[in-house]
Amino acid sequence: MSNVTDAVLTVSSGSRRAELLRLFLQPIAAVVLVAAVLIWAFSQDLDAIEVVSLNRETLLDSTWQHVLITLAVTVLVVAVAIPLGVVLTRGWARRIAPIFVGIATIGQAAPAIGVVVLYFMWTEQEGLWAAAVPLAFVSLLPVLRNTMVGIQQIDPALVDAGRGIGMSAFTVLRRVELPLAVPLILAGLRTSLVLAVGTATLALFVNGGGLGFVIDSGYKVARTTVLLTGATLAVGLALMVDWLGALAERYLGPKGLR
Amino acid sequence: MPEQTSGVEIQLDGITKRYPGQRDPAVDSFTMTINPGETTIFVGPSGCGKTTTMRMINRLIEPTAGRITIGGDDALSLNADTLRRRIGYAIQQAGLFPHLTVAQNVGVVPGLLKWDKKKIADRVEEMLTLVGMDPGEFLDRFPRQLSGGQQQRVGVARALAADPPVLLMDEPFGAVDPITRGNLQDELMRLQSELRKTIVFVTHDFGEAVKLGDKIAVLGNQSRILQYDTPEAILANPADDTVAGFVGAGASLKQLTLQRVRDVELNTSVPTATEDETPASVRQRIEADGRTFALVLDGQGRPLRWVHKRQLGGGDSLVGIGSPVGDLVTVQSTLQDALEAILQEGGDAVVTGSRGEYVGTVQLDAVVGRIRELREEHS
Repeated sequence: MSNVTDAVLTVSSGSRRAELLRLFLQPIAAVVLVAAVLIWAFSQDLDAIEVVSLNRETLLDSTWQHVLITLAVTVLVVAVAIPLGVVLTRGWARRIAPIFVGIATIGQAAPAIGVVVLYFMWTEQEGLWAAAVPLAFVSLLPVLRNTMVGIQQIDPALVDAGRGIGMSAFTVLRRVELPLAVPLILAGLRTSLVLAVGTATLALFVNGGGLGFVIDSGYKVARTTVLLTGATLAVGLALMVDWLGALAERYLGPKGLR
Repeated sequence: MPEQTSGVEIQLDGITKRYPGQRDPAVDSFTMTINPGETTIFVGPSGCGKTTTMRMINRLIEPTAGRITIGGDDALSLNADTLRRRIGYAIQQAGLFPHLTVAQNVGVVPGLLKWDKKKIADRVEEMLTLVGMDPGEFLDRFPRQLSGGQQQRVGVARALAADPPVLLMDEPFGAVDPITRGNLQDELMRLQSELRKTIVFVTHDFGEAVKLGDKIAVLGNQSRILQYDTPEAILANPADDTVAGFVGAGASLKQLTLQRVRDVELNTSVPTATEDETPASVRQRIEADGRTFALVLDGQGRPLRWVHKRQLGGGDSLVGIGSPVGDLVTVQSTLQDALEAILQEGGDAVVTGSRGEYVGTVQLDAVVGRIRELREEHS
């Protein structure tokens, strides 16, 4: 596997103990950070302009919309990148694989805001999905690439054994290749999700809502308190999503490999 | 043990494999009849096409030309997946699925054949027991929690789980240490003596081929059959220099591992005595025969001690006189064991029958004679 490690996005680092400690501390840190900034913000003397954004309802709404956008992006990424990755590892598709990986690489390399705006100019649609579709394109690559590498790194002897004892090609995919690729796919998904939480702040440009709205308001009306609160909530959300990803990697992978 | 399916005949008729872009075929018109219930070994140097040939039997590689029949059925007209579920398949390093437990691995093929759960569970336990593993201990383990030898046993159990008449084995014991390999080979021989499957076994180790094979096919480039015969015949008379080179040094010593003591003529002229005879009468008999030793037997005719005529003085019984018989061999022992006993004893090795009774002795001349006989037989 060593020859492909550079292409694989794994998030695991350090020893097992450090990883466990992180798993335990990360959500606490996220909650403490968000709580501290909220307490600080609401303890200020908020003026009329600040109160427009800094109230319970607006913040909850924005955060919820942000979560929805992230979920929509996740659904799109999973629905597109995993099947595409599987198809591109089939023998007959190997030649066209570089084309698709190339397109996905462009998606990741392009500035997210550019992709969002271009998509808007093309479709002239607004709202949650108008944001989710281009953002999914931007965060596609980690899952696509990890699905492909996850399947390619499986010992060919296992596929041979599967076929040799009478599994069909599809059964080998379903019962051998995909389960063994799950750890890498999850690692890719975790990276994609964290990307998605960050880029979802751009959804406001196409009326998609989200915490981008709070950040943008704070910037436009020159109120640091508002800007900081919005940004901190986005960071807290990213940390929580990353933590959920870590949990999934830890507990959803095949048991025999742990 | 419940009913088992025994082996069927496999006929390979002119099977050829050409890969696009290569001038010479990888396997060139291979024709062979593989006997039912026997272990047939494909042995040959790396890259000779022996694995390709074997993989065409279960169509992991589709032949470019030729006919394959398995138990009379045309293998090439069946659905390949259906065909493979009726052919056991075991490979080097076992190829167990690491995310499945031992039980799940062994139960894969019965599952594909849609057996019901209870029947699969029973079968899995039975198979593990068959390959010498305790189901209680191993059922729920994952492959990485097993040693190489244990993994290989599970691999064999998986291959046999749906009771296929044919078993293909591709260098299954190639990746384990020599001691474990020896044990696994013994185990396979024991299994095969019970199951009588048609086994096609690929190896590059001629010693392994001699040990396991009923028939050996020595293959050259493009899977050309250089010699296809019993191990005895190949050892006694290699078809050409290539085969002789492959058989290697020590062909006669390998031959000894295949021959049994019952195959040679035993020497029955050694005087025997029972313990209740008097030393004087025994001494008289030995001297009359012009010999120096006699063998003392117990009441059931089992060998006890050698006595030299000098040890036979007065007294009225043979109890406690003489020196115990050392290395014994039975009629089932290999000539290799017999030779060892001859060297240990410094002359005659005592041979016993199935109930431990004395049946004669085996001498160096008989061993040498048997090897000479085999050479003449197969020349």
